[in-house]
Amino acid sequence: MDQLSHITGISILEITYVIASVLFILGLKMLSHPLTARRGNTLAAFGMVFAIVATILFHRKNGEPIGNIPWILGAIVIGTIIGWMIAKKVKMTAMPQLVSFFNGMGGAAAALISMMEFPHIRPELIAAHGMANGHVLAILLGLMIGTVSWAGSMIAFGKLDGRIGDLRIKALKYVNLTILAVLIGFIVFIMTRHVQASTELMPCIYIMFAVSVIYGVLFVMPIGGADMPVVISLLNSFTGVAAAMGGFLYNNQAMLTGGILVGSAGTILTVLMCKAMNRSLLNVIVGVFGGGGASNVLEGGTIKEITLSDAAVLLSYSKKVVIVPGYGLAVAQAQHICHELDKLLEEKGVEVKYAIHPVAGRMPGHMNVLLAEADVPYEQLIESDVINPDLPNTDVLVVIGANDVVNPAAEDDPSSPIYGMPIVKARDAKNIIVMKRGMGKGYAAIENMLFFNEKTRMLFGDAKSTLQNLVNEVKSL
Amino acid sequence: MEKILSFFLEHREAIFIVILSIFLGIEVISHVPAILHTPLMSGANAIHGVVIIGAIIVMGHADTTGSMILGFLAVVLGTLNVVGGFVVTDRMLEMFKKKK
Repeated sequence: MDQLSHITGISILEITYVIASVLFILGLKMLSHPLTARRGNTLAAFGMVFAIVATILFHRKNGEPIGNIPWILGAIVIGTIIGWMIAKKVKMTAMPQLVSFFNGMGGAAAALISMMEFPHIRPELIAAHGMANGHVLAILLGLMIGTVSWAGSMIAFGKLDGRIGDLRIKALKYVNLTILAVLIGFIVFIMTRHVQASTELMPCIYIMFAVSVIYGVLFVMPIGGADMPVVISLLNSFTGVAAAMGGFLYNNQAMLTGGILVGSAGTILTVLMCKAMNRSLLNVIVGVFGGGGASNVLEGGTIKEITLSDAAVLLSYSKKVVIVPGYGLAVAQAQHICHELDKLLEEKGVEVKYAIHPVAGRMPGHMNVLLAEADVPYEQLIESDVINPDLPNTDVLVVIGANDVVNPAAEDDPSSPIYGMPIVKARDAKNIIVMKRGMGKGYAAIENMLFFNEKTRMLFGDAKSTLQNLVNEVKSL
Repeated sequence: MEKILSFFLEHREAIFIVILSIFLGIEVISHVPAILHTPLMSGANAIHGVVIIGAIIVMGHADTTGSMILGFLAVVLGTLNVVGGFVVTDRMLEMFKKKK
């Protein structure tokens, strides 16, 4: 009887894992279509809940059920409350940091699992196969990848949150490669030891953990802000792989499929993002971005400013207006007031569209989220390559807090670091108004000739207050 | 050489799953529109929170105080990843609703 219920339990567990895996796959699939995305997310979440509950109830290790259940439930409750509160409270502009933060938590969990499993490797396994077996490899890789993902995500979080600056030293590239070699050396070293019990090698594990932390930090440190989305996506797939290592370890199919799925999907997403910026992944990782070539000589153009009332008149009497929002708009929290301006103009019969560059904001698609938050209708958001052919018929193009995504250097200047990146062809429009805080360079720190274009008028000031003043001007017309 | 072969034989099912999952992940993602990149990244982020299962298993068989503390921490962090990831993705996608 007892034997039977044991088999039943294990079967239910395995079936639940199959269901969970299917839900993950379906969820991810649905997440890639706008209409089904939300349901897809819910579906995947259900899969996760099933997998967790079934594990607590039915998992057996050598016939022993899961113990410490009150503690486990306590930990889940704490994690749920904190996670829920952070996720609900955070501002939409802080989304990239948040994804990075949660990603780091997953990486840390994977690393902790490896650290705890290493001393528990069965001596029989070591006696039969030595240290060079799949079990040990999974533990070591889980430790290394999980830790790198955690440390890297925390640095990415700090950088995006403006707490940590860039560290740009050319030699760092070689330092990083050396550390990576050292880490692989550690894995080989540990796996070729002849020991009775794995506990003898614990000091190696601690050192390996420390080196992985250093690698994670140094890996992300030199990467410029514009490349951060790529890095987050990459770290995301790292954590996926680290989770999959846990799947190997426990022979757990849900962890394996879930982890690998995210690992490969994350890698593809990373590549897609690199493509949107016309850069190779290798270039992002080892290259130092935004140093600026010698060719960025200014051709001594002059900057022409425009007054608020002139801008208001220009906008109100246009037929077609295109707004190009950038991160500056998001930082100033100006998306709501921007929508107010576009509603006001639409009431006056002006057709207003938003040109969304794939990497506008700090993450691909970030700008869509921000504008959706401000209730800008989905239909008004047009992707840059769709709207580009229409720009010559556009009366006024308003650039708000964007810079690199409208920089003509991407088309003109082969020596520019952004050369070849698809851009919003802002200069094709009949008039251009650029709202900017000052004459500072963009995230990629390169000069933007658009500002010196004869059709361009600058409107300096904080995006939010400038837009507010502009709205008042348009109202008073 | 023999070691590698026997390794493959021993883990052939897992290797199969890994290879198929890689292709599946690529296939599922490759046609995603740019506007969904952020929510998708966030959703995928929540899914790799599946690592929490490992944390639960470790915690469920922890016997020393040290491993209890580490296990507890692992479960908390794993839950943060799962709950935070799914909730924040939902919050983002909520805004994509068609406006009338």
